[in-house]
Amino acid sequence: MKQPSRNVARFVNWVEGEEVFPVPEEAERNQKPRKKKAPVKAKPASPEKEKRIFALVYDGISVVVCLTVILTLLVTVSWLPRFGGQDNPAENEVYIRYLEGELEEAGAINAVAGMILDYRAFDTLGESNVLFIAVCSVIILLRADRNRKTGALNIPELENRRALQPDDSIFRGSAALLVPIGILFGIYVILNGHLSAGGGFSGGAIIGASLILYANACGPEKFERAFTFRTYQWISFFALMTYTLLKTYSFYTGANHLESHIPLGTPGAILSSGLILPLNICVGLVVACTMYAFYSLFSKGGFGNGQ
Amino acid sequence: MNFGVVFLLTFLIVCAASVAMTKNLLAAVLIQMGYSTIMSVIWLVLESPDLAITEAAVGAGVTGILFFVTLRRIGLIGGKGGRKK
Repeated sequence: MKQPSRNVARFVNWVEGEEVFPVPEEAERNQKPRKKKAPVKAKPASPEKEKRIFALVYDGISVVVCLTVILTLLVTVSWLPRFGGQDNPAENEVYIRYLEGELEEAGAINAVAGMILDYRAFDTLGESNVLFIAVCSVIILLRADRNRKTGALNIPELENRRALQPDDSIFRGSAALLVPIGILFGIYVILNGHLSAGGGFSGGAIIGASLILYANACGPEKFERAFTFRTYQWISFFALMTYTLLKTYSFYTGANHLESHIPLGTPGAILSSGLILPLNICVGLVVACTMYAFYSLFSKGGFGNGQ
Repeated sequence: MNFGVVFLLTFLIVCAASVAMTKNLLAAVLIQMGYSTIMSVIWLVLESPDLAITEAAVGAGVTGILFFVTLRRIGLIGGKGGRKK
């Protein structure tokens, strides 16, 4: 009965990055004598020959599996309807309604933004939550803790890139040019999500990539004073919470045929199209924070001095 | 289909095959980033510019950086003693 607790301890050790030596399980130990009998029966093959035969069979099987998958996919593709054909199942009344009624109902010039943030807003909420959950799992696996006894980090920090190459003025100069432009362009894409191509996800990804570039070129120290783990928590929490509450309100009123009192404004203005602009900002915040959090956790195992 | 799209799609297939073929991990990540850049141009040709922006930022930018950081973490590229194998 002590087996489960020992396994849990081994799992905890493995999660904390300590080496775990394989311990033969009870069942395996009981099976050992039977295993020994088998090679005795099949005497003639020597270990090297067995290995070669195994490699041959393994290669053959992998080629067969690969070819089968490729053939299946190609046959499936040949059965698909023609791209953009008139009788395709995707050609139905839903997209006509979306394209024709979108400007009156959602008020966004960019019809895609009207679809993903108005008609299908809960899909987008799920995507934002998927990003948040991904960061949570990365934190569980990769966040550095201090050992209780020695006080040392259990995941050592990577050597500082600038310490390795102190004179990289080309990289730092181009980053100084690119980072402000990148962040401004990301903000532009988010704020104009309902007017032109783009939106929360694209703009957030651009801002996140710019932040990573900045942290790489100019050193993360200054940046981390402002962006700690607590900041990340609060930004993500507020963005996801605002999104959920706003969209719950609008879906509740919409489903019960109530007046939602959210002005749609004139199409084409920045402050128009109801909830799409705040929702875009929420999604953009979550995505930008997630991108930077991924980089920070992968490279340092934390968010700087505040961990 | 016009010549440009066919050229881009051919390049896409070549990229995908060569990622699997290369032994050098650094080169494989770089080829994968090139693949994403070509893919974003194809999204642009297919008239979905928002997907093109996202593909360029995520596929060619962030994913490559995460791969580089991971490879450095496990000691397969970079490091103090110059380039390891």
